Amino acid sequence: MEQTMIHHDSHYDPEASKIGMWLFIFTELLLFGGLFIIYSVYRFMNPDAFHLAAKELDTTIGAINTIILLVSSMTVAMATSAIQNKNIKLTQILLGITVVLAIVFLVNKYFEWSAKFDHGIFPGSEHLINDMSKGEILFFGLYFVMTGLHALHIIIGMAFIIFVMVFVAKKKVHPERYALLENSGLYWHLVDVIWIFLFPLFYLIT
Amino acid sequence: MQTATQIPTDVSFLEYRKYKGIFNWILSTDHKRIGLMYLYSMMTLFFVGVALGLAMKLELIAPGKTIMDAQDYNAVFTVHGVIMIFMIVIPGLPAVFGNFLLPIMIGAKDVAFPKLNLLSWYIYILGALLVIASVLFGNGTPDTGWTFYAPYSFKSGTNLLPAIFGAFVLGFSSILTGLNFIVTIHRMRAPGMTWLKMPLFPWSLYGTAWIQLLATPVVGITLLLIILERVFGIGVFDPALGGDPILYQHLFWIYSHPAVYVMILPAMGAISEIIPTFTQKHIFGYKAIIGSTLAIAFVGYFVWGHHMFTSGMSGTAQYTFSILTFLVAIPSAIKVFNWISTMYKGSISLQTPFYWAASFIFIFMIGGLSGLVLGALATDIYVHDTAFVVAHFHFIVFGGVGFSFFGAIHYWFPKIWGRMYDTKWANTGWLVFSIGFLALYSPMFYLGMQGMPRRYYDYLEEFHAANILSTLGSWVMTFGLVIIVINLVRSAKHGPKAEMNPWNGKTLEWTVPSPPPVENFEEIPVYGEKDGPYEY
Ligand SMILES: [Cu+2]
Repeated sequence: MEQTMIHHDSHYDPEASKIGMWLFIFTELLLFGGLFIIYSVYRFMNPDAFHLAAKELDTTIGAINTIILLVSSMTVAMATSAIQNKNIKLTQILLGITVVLAIVFLVNKYFEWSAKFDHGIFPGSEHLINDMSKGEILFFGLYFVMTGLHALHIIIGMAFIIFVMVFVAKKKVHPERYALLENSGLYWHLVDVIWIFLFPLFYLIT
Repeated sequence: MQTATQIPTDVSFLEYRKYKGIFNWILSTDHKRIGLMYLYSMMTLFFVGVALGLAMKLELIAPGKTIMDAQDYNAVFTVHGVIMIFMIVIPGLPAVFGNFLLPIMIGAKDVAFPKLNLLSWYIYILGALLVIASVLFGNGTPDTGWTFYAPYSFKSGTNLLPAIFGAFVLGFSSILTGLNFIVTIHRMRAPGMTWLKMPLFPWSLYGTAWIQLLATPVVGITLLLIILERVFGIGVFDPALGGDPILYQHLFWIYSHPAVYVMILPAMGAISEIIPTFTQKHIFGYKAIIGSTLAIAFVGYFVWGHHMFTSGMSGTAQYTFSILTFLVAIPSAIKVFNWISTMYKGSISLQTPFYWAASFIFIFMIGGLSGLVLGALATDIYVHDTAFVVAHFHFIVFGGVGFSFFGAIHYWFPKIWGRMYDTKWANTGWLVFSIGFLALYSPMFYLGMQGMPRRYYDYLEEFHAANILSTLGSWVMTFGLVIIVINLVRSAKHGPKAEMNPWNGKTLEWTVPSPPPVENFEEIPVYGEKDGPYEY
């Protein structure tokens, strides 16, 4: 019996860690769920202001970032298949690409945010408070909170993937034991899915 | 095999030492030690909370300023509330007894993620330290009340940031504990222990864990938004910037009403374990209790509006929330009927845990029935924001959770420390505590009906007599508490050795030595066709 061979392996239950990860993903969805509720309430109360404010956002950068995240989701999924096929080198390359894409996403976000700051649009700015309607203030408030929180999740997800790469290199994650890789992939998909909602809400619906 | 032989099965978890001194505790991933670490840290914080409560009652012994002025009073009830709610009653039973007993009761060696379990404790301590920091440093102790209502929570000049962030961090600890328990229950039940053979305390932890998991993130994001509002002024709850403070109340109570069930469900679960053992009878309506647990967990999500009847809501919303609030009383009542029916024709043994359980039912019913007064629209308008609310709340949260907690600790004491306590002192403590409790909180029902508002350090002369009784009650109750704690602490060290199964309980924790060995079971138990948790 494989289970009784080595003591610490009897604690290893990839199914359990997968359930755990899914539950954690639920909590993350609910965390953003609260924000989506707030967004819908204020959008319903200020339809015109939200329409006006959304025009300020750069749809092109948003679309590019969406594509970047979709591709990165693909590479992380391919990394799981690669390790199942015992191809460690390909696994590392695919994980590496994912990390690079995450960084590109963040760089884009940085330029996007700093463009807003240059136009004097940030929470508490004089331009926002003096020249804009309350609905627009709310739109940008939510924009910064939600994309900011999402960016934080990108950073956490990226850290996870780098962790996994180190573990793969140390052979602690290997073709017989790759729950950690799978779960980091799941988390990365979550980060991706949240963006899939953020993008239309802020950039596309005008 | 190499590592399996290193952990001895004949040494109790308290004697087993892997590291030196305190590291045996703070580095241990043993669910039993983690449970006790929660217990000890909670007890420390509980005494702070009690001291603050006593200070409030002392202030209210006479009209006008007695020992503190209005601002200090605001600070005291805020810190009292934050400590008691976020650090004691919400995590209380799951973190202490859930951690200690869940794996043993379902026949497992530990929880699914032992390291995550230890991490949860560290996060808990971090959250507690943050809240304490908000008291010790900065300009002014938080004064918003434990609910951190907008817009005052970002307008108040006091040191609220660490307190709110602390509450956020504590929520994170709660989520991770819930996650751990759900996975543990799904994956690690002993072979043959089907869902409908699982004891009721684990069942209640299961319902609780789902609430912890699904409700806490909502308050997490809400508190985070208050923090961002304070620091950056994003506007979502600030009417000056277009936001709506009522929305904060909605989001806050979407979590905080279910949180009441995070507190009370495991309390009910512990009572459902104590009563069959001390009546030596199969629990009456096992499935009904499980069903009511899940029903409470589910319906509890849709009643939050009853905290906001006077905040401004449409009539339709008010009726709906009121009706749903009445509905949630039904499963609670089902449990009460089941407990009473279990006692019927049972061979009741009047031991300390049974006294606590029986008085729990009594206190909980007063709390529950007074809750209906607050859930009904017309009467709520009359008594809202009065001492009546404080009385109801403390009957449920302190009465419900507290009585169950003390019942649980007297029930499982011999298992946890392997020693017996002095029954005479334990019973005396229970009696003094209960008398004090009733004297402390019952007058508040009357005061509320008479119109004494809550959260004021002062009151009209006509409320004086009842307030004196209440303050005297607080002293008697504290005296009872001191008796209980001294008896338990002394007995944990010097009490006579306890047997494996002193109460003739039938759940799995009574089949292992007292205190249990590190890995609980020498061999994982197997449940046969006819086995069950309450087969007397
Ligand atoms: Cu409620």
